[in-house]
Formats: sequence, C-alpha cells, structure tokens
Amino acid sequence: MNTLPHILSLITFLPLLGAVVLVVFRMSARGEDADVIDRNAPSVALATSLITFGMSLWALMDFNMADPGFQFVEKANWFGDMSYHLGVDGISLSLIVLTTFLMPLCFIASWGVVKKRVTEYMVAFLVLETLMIGVFSSLDIVLFYIFFEAGLIPMFLIIGVWGGAERVYAAFKFFLYTLLGSVLMLIAVVAMILTAGTTDMVALLDYDFPLGMQTWLWLGFFASFAVKMPMWPVHTWLPDAHVQAPTAGSVILAGVLLKMGGYGFIRFSLPMFPDASQTFAPLVFTLSVIAIIYTSLVAFRQTDMKKLIAYSSVAHMGFVTIGIFSMNVIGVQGAMFQMISHGIVSGALFLIVGVIYDRMHTREIAAYGGLAQRMPVYATIFMLFTMANVGLPGTSGFIGEFLTMVGGYQVSSWIAFGAAFGVILSAVYALTLYKKVIYGTITNAKLEDISDMVRREVITFSPLVIATIVLGVWPSLLTDMTGPAVEALVEHIAAAVEPSILEGMQ
Amino acid sequence: MTSFVSNLSLIGPEVALTLAALALLVGGAVRGEKANNLINTISIVVLLFAAVLGLRSAGADPTQAFGGALILDRLALFAKTAILLSAALVLVIGAGFLKIEKIVKYEYAILILLATLGMMVMVSANDLLSLYIGLELQSLSLYVLAAFNRSSLRASEAGLKYFVLGALSSGLLLYGMSLVYGFAGTTRFEGIAEAAHMDASVGLVIGVVFVLSGLAFKISAVPFHMWTPDVYQGAPTPVTAFFASAPKFAAIALIARLLMGPFSDMMDQWQQVVVALSVLSMTVGYFGAIMQRNIKRLMAYSSIANMGYAMIALAAGSQRGLEALLLYMGLYLITTLGMFACILAMRQSEGMVENIDDLAGLSQNQRGLAISFSVLLFSIAGLPPMAGFFGKLYIFLAAVEGGLLWLAIYGAVLSVVGAFYYLRIVKIMWFDEPAPAFVPSSLVLPLTAGAAAFMMVPGAVWLLPALERWSQAAAASLF
Repeated sequence: MNTLPHILSLITFLPLLGAVVLVVFRMSARGEDADVIDRNAPSVALATSLITFGMSLWALMDFNMADPGFQFVEKANWFGDMSYHLGVDGISLSLIVLTTFLMPLCFIASWGVVKKRVTEYMVAFLVLETLMIGVFSSLDIVLFYIFFEAGLIPMFLIIGVWGGAERVYAAFKFFLYTLLGSVLMLIAVVAMILTAGTTDMVALLDYDFPLGMQTWLWLGFFASFAVKMPMWPVHTWLPDAHVQAPTAGSVILAGVLLKMGGYGFIRFSLPMFPDASQTFAPLVFTLSVIAIIYTSLVAFRQTDMKKLIAYSSVAHMGFVTIGIFSMNVIGVQGAMFQMISHGIVSGALFLIVGVIYDRMHTREIAAYGGLAQRMPVYATIFMLFTMANVGLPGTSGFIGEFLTMVGGYQVSSWIAFGAAFGVILSAVYALTLYKKVIYGTITNAKLEDISDMVRREVITFSPLVIATIVLGVWPSLLTDMTGPAVEALVEHIAAAVEPSILEGMQ
Repeated sequence: MTSFVSNLSLIGPEVALTLAALALLVGGAVRGEKANNLINTISIVVLLFAAVLGLRSAGADPTQAFGGALILDRLALFAKTAILLSAALVLVIGAGFLKIEKIVKYEYAILILLATLGMMVMVSANDLLSLYIGLELQSLSLYVLAAFNRSSLRASEAGLKYFVLGALSSGLLLYGMSLVYGFAGTTRFEGIAEAAHMDASVGLVIGVVFVLSGLAFKISAVPFHMWTPDVYQGAPTPVTAFFASAPKFAAIALIARLLMGPFSDMMDQWQQVVVALSVLSMTVGYFGAIMQRNIKRLMAYSSIANMGYAMIALAAGSQRGLEALLLYMGLYLITTLGMFACILAMRQSEGMVENIDDLAGLSQNQRGLAISFSVLLFSIAGLPPMAGFFGKLYIFLAAVEGGLLWLAIYGAVLSVVGAFYYLRIVKIMWFDEPAPAFVPSSLVLPLTAGAAAFMMVPGAVWLLPALERWSQAAAASLF
C-alpha cells in the first residue's frame, strides 16, 4: 500500500491549520480588509473541510478492511510518559469519516445565514473538527483525554456567541455538566496510568486490571461517557444545548459529539474493564430502556421542534447503549451502525428545522402547518428523514435499531421488548410532528409566501439523503468495515471476563 | 578571609541584588524623582543579570555556603530563576500603571529588589535563622509596598492589615522555630532531620505545626487567608501582581524544602495538616470567588484555590509530588502574570477599572487581548489543551500515587466550580454586548499577555517538556 505518510496527522490537523490561517488574517486586518476576510472566511472553511473529507476518503481507500488491528499508526515520544500516538481501526475510522462528512454540510448550511462574527464562527468550527477527529484517532490515553475535553471550549463559544435567547444558560449547563463527568474520568485515567505504568492505549487494552479496581475505573469512565452520550437521567443538558445552539452547532452536537460517548464505551469500558462491564450491564440496560420509553414520551409532548428532536436523540442513544452492552457481535455492530445512522439522520433533522427557522425565526410547532402546499421539496425530504428516524426498512435507521434489538434479545427478551416499544413511540412523536408541520391547512398567515428550499439547501441535503438510503439498502458497506474490529473486541471480552462473573449473571 | 570571599562568590546573584539596591537607594536620594525611570530600568536589568548569573554559576551538586546557613541546589536555582524573572516582569508591566496613577516613587523598584532578595534567601535557606531573615526581609518590603499608594485609604488599610496579620504569623513562626530548636537542639536543617529521625517528640510536632501555620499565612492558605482579598484589592495593581506571583512561589518552595527535608520523617504528622489546609483552601477559594465582582478580589480567591491545589502535590510528599508542585507553580506564575497584564490594561477614559463587568464585549473591542485573556483563563481552569491541564494532571498523578485518591477526586470536582467562575469572565468578554472600550495601553501589556497565552497554547508542545525537565531536576535535589 502506498499510503500518504502521516495521513492521520494530516486529517486531524488540517482543519486547525485552516483555523490558524483565518485567525492570522483576521487579526492583521484593519477596517475594510476585515470585511473582506469575513466575506471569504466561509469559502476558506468549506474548502478546508472538503479537503479534509477528501483525505479521509483517501484513508478509507487505503484502509485494509480485513485487519482488525490499528492502521496508519504514528508514534512519537512526547514528554513525561506520554506519546503522540495515532491509529485507527474500523470503528474509529467510520466515525472520522462521519465527522469529515458532516463538517462541509455544516459550512454550507451556515452560508449566508450566520451574519455576525463570521470568521470567528468558522474558526470555532474548524478547531472543533480537529478536536473531534483527534478523539477518534488518538491511541494515547492522555492525548485522547485532551481532545475529548478540549472540544468543550469551541462548543461553549459556539452556543454562547451564536446561540438563541437562553444561550448563556445553555452554554454553561453544557460545559459544566460535561466537565464534571470528564474530571471523574481523568482521575480514573490517572489511576490507570499509575497501575499499568503506561499511557499507551494499545498496551492498556491488554492490561488486566484487578477486579475491585475495574469497578471504580468503570464508574469513572461511565460518569463521563454517560453524560456525553447522554443517558437518562443525566441527559438534561442536551435539550437546552440543542435548542439554543445555532443549526450547525446542533448538527455537530447530535451528529458527532454524542458519538464520543458511545465510542468511549466501545474503546475503553468494554475491552479495558470487561468484568465491570458485565457486572454493570444490567444497570446500563435498565437506564437505556427507561431512556428509550421515557424520553420518547417526553418528546411527544414538546412544542419546540428542536427540543423534540433532542429528546428523540436521547432515545436513539438508548439503542446504542443496549447494543454496546449486549457485548455480542451483532449488538455492537448494531450500535456502531446506529451511531453512524443517527449522526446522519439527526443531523439532517436539525438542518430541516434550520431551514424553516431561517425563514420564520421560530421553532414552535404550533406556528407551522400545511407546509406541503408551499414547500413540496422540503416536505419530501422531511418525510424521508422522519421515516429514517422512526426506523422504516430501507433507511439506515432500520438497520441500527434492528441489529441492536437482536443483540439485546440475546441477553434478555425484556430489553428487546422495551426497545421495540420505544420504536412504536418514536413513530408516534415523529409522525405527529410531521403531520402538524407539513399537513393540514395553512393557519398562520405569515406562511403564505414562504419559499421552498433554494439550491444551497438542496445541495446540503442531497449527500445526507443518499447516505441514508445507501446505508439502508446496502448496510454491509459499513458493517464490513467495522466487522473485524468488533469481532476482535467481542472475542477479547469473552476471553477476559472472569468465569465467576458470568456464572453470577445466569 | 578567603572562605568568606569564596562564600560570597557562591551567592553572586544575591550580592549583585544587594549592591544594586543600596546603590540605587543612594542614587534615588541624590537625584530625586527625576531618576524614577532610570531606576526602574536598572532594576529590571539587575534582576535579569542576577538570573543569568545564577544560571551560569550553577553546579550540578548541592553546595553549602556560610557554614551551612544557605544551600545552593537545583531546587533553589529553579525557584530563584522563577522569582527573579517574575519580579522583572512585574517591574516591566507595572511602570505604566504607576505613571498614570501618579504614584511613581523610586523606592518602588528598590523595595521590589529587596523583597526579591529576601525570597532568594528563603528558597536557599538551610537553617531556621537564615529562613527567618529571608522571610522577614521579604515581608517588611511587601508591607510597605502594599501601602505604597499613601493617598489611598484602601491601600493604607491593606498595608496595615497585612502588617498586623503578618506580624502575627511571624510570631507563630518564631514560636514554632523556638520549639523546634528546643527539641532538636539545633537550627541547622540536617540536625533537625536527624533529631526527627531519631525521635519525633510531641514538642517537635507542635513546633512543626506552628512553623507550618506561620508559613501558611504567606501562601494565604485557609484559614490564614483573611488578609488576601483586602490586600489584593487595596494594593496598587502592579503590587498585587507581585504578591500573587513571586512570594507565593518562594513560600511554597520553602515549605516544600522544610517538609521534605528536615521534617521528612514526620510526614505522617504534617501530611494531615497539609491535607486539611489544601481542602480548606480549595473550598474557600473556589466557592468564595463565585460571588466576586472585583477582578482583583477574584484573583485573590483564585490564588487561594490554586495554592490549595499546589498543596495536594505537597501532601503527597514524594519526589513526583515535588516535581508536580514545581511544574504547577511554574505554570501558575506565567498565567498569573499574564492575567495581571490584562488587568492592568483595563483602563477607561476616567481611570482604571476593576469590575469584571467592565470587560464586557472585550472580544469585539480588543480582540487580541480578549483571546489572550481567555486562553489564560482556560489554562488556569485546567482545561486541555492548555498547559494548565498538565499541571493538574501531574498533581493528580502524584496524589493518587501517594494514596491521596479522595483528595484528588475532591480537587477534580472543585475544579468544575473553578471552571464556572473563570468561564464567567470568558462569557462576559465574548457573549455580552460591548461596554465602553478601554483606552489603548502601552504595547507592553498586550504583548506580555499574548506571550503568556502563547506559552499556554503551544506550550503543550515545547514549554512543558522543558519545564518538566527542570522541575524534575529540581525535585531530585531533595530526594
């Protein structure tokens, strides 16, 4: 293979380079020049993100699908015990591609919509992209933590500067909630480093932590990932953050940031603390089923469209946690699929809300109705993603939900029952939303001259539409990529779990 | 005679500082107010010269001077370099403020030189007497500096408060030292270590507690912190910047030398005291800062909290702990001085402002300053990828290794509270509508802030490895 050397570093830090260039130009510009920079910043940001996406596709081409181990590995000593160690397997590469795929769409969606402090907006998103890719590509636990937590800073600014009316409250809630979870994980990381004597994740994956310690480490990591995911009952920051964030911020939040929680469970909790994961699996299942049913009911009662989608995200993440902690190949595969699919579908749904919000400046469901008459293209696209959200066969949403339920069924039929019940509820709230917004007669006079989607918006949605349908009818495109890594993971867990714990489970 | 000269040559930087301070005092008295600028500049040069001199003459092995009254090792060298550089930086960033407030006096720079000299003696003290002389030289200079703005009521109050409470703490310290001397039979650190090793009697333990209490006052550890907010607020801002930086470093280096040197065999006893001080300082510092509107008071609580954090590393009592402590304090110095450069730039047309709400919308008025300030705030809040995160990480590593898991968890959780009020300043600068813009300050302030911020960002790449190496070498000299 003739892979570009340091391709992972390039993918990770290219967006940062774009951000630095923008900062330097903006800082040195005066008067008129500043406006010119502001006008051109979106193109620079879009170009950077497109190149990054192209390079991640290049990496995908060179990726050896059959190899379950880490590829494109780069390693250099840093200082102390830490090293600059990057590498990807199928699990992380699929999430990296999801990130680089969503990012250009965010920039297109913000094109002309963001009017104040444009350059700063672009810089914040580019920095965020570097940090998100870094999370998925790090193989050093300290490096991972740095990327993981640093992502809070740009997101805090995105919500706080470009958000809605309650943006300050939402930004602080998002930041402090997530930080509290993260610092507990940091202590667990510190304990791991001291026990195992290394910060290298590949070595930590093979290290056998003593049973009693695993419990505490698992809880430390759980504190962080459960908040990030978010799992019920620590999900309350998510609706606030989503409602207040600008559209592109919501897309990234739902599309990528939530996936860091699931990625963390798959990369750390499961393989590093297999015994504790077995012990705590019933807890996770309980919380997941509650999340699926409870937040679906909550979503049904929402009057704000973004809030409704935010609660539905919590419910969908419940499927992911069920899949992960079923700890069988089909469940974890389903969780991976559900994460990617949810990244695309929920991102699209937030963009859909953004389209009418940009026109009407309200997200109240009651303010809309009968949009099908004025916006036929919009209604069609909305329909597709509503169906994908519900999990209609033929869309990517179905595959993820189905696989995770099968995985959960192998552990307990009650889990599958609860999850399936949640699928019905998701149809209730999603279809109700669709009915209220799209069907009926136009009651709000302001809607009379609303225009259908313009070309820029169609361009934003077409990749998402294609991805949803392609993954729905050809799921092996993704499952072949994550398969070897997931199988290796499940084998690793099965080999590592103490027999006594398994007996206790039966 | 030769031994005296060779001893003097060992403490070249201190000698240079003394001679310069005395000569400048005479010069100032002769030339009067006209020489202010010159004296300020010469003082900066002397401080930098002393730092270079110290670094050049440093040997690898610890050397004792004056029959063991002073010790020159890597720890002393690290601390002295940090102290000298921060004192010089304070003189650089403070000059403009004094001119604008019309309180320029040539004694200002000389007092800072003398305080710095005191700190240098403190960090290389190897005897209770030299420790006390250094500490008092430092404290007396600082008392005067606190009340330097004579016409201000607040400054006079600050000076008086600092003096009275400082005198009390010196009393505690002296009492503790006399107990230690009484039970150990010597004031030399090696002798005390021997006595503590043979038999840590109750009297010695009480002595240690008193000594610790006296020194805790200097690093404003709770419950000896009462003076801090008032003095920080009342003193002229450059003086506050000085208070928050060099003396804190000197005092904590001194405490580390005492606890891990002569009293290292009594770790079981002093560890509880240090843990208690740490928990209290973090609690009061982090929660107390939430309510503050005045940025100098906020910095006071922030420094209390940061000292509490540093004491986690101290409580670990290990080489890793000392290394973490020095790394953390080094980063703290850079961050604090950078933040004070930002605070000194807070001047509106009618004069200096100190309210955090005056920073509103700074990101639109003065983008560069706002970015620097935000980076420094994120760094001191311990958020990656800023360098401040690594300070915290090293402290946690030391604490967990030393069996202080709960202290580490407590510190980690409280750092979220800290993040709240640091973030509030970020919020005011970035989210709020702009307040009246600041009057453009001299270029020195944004440059200093920018340089400090720059060290915090790519610091993760190049500053940290260097700082880590130095603190490792310095920590090794006590073990």
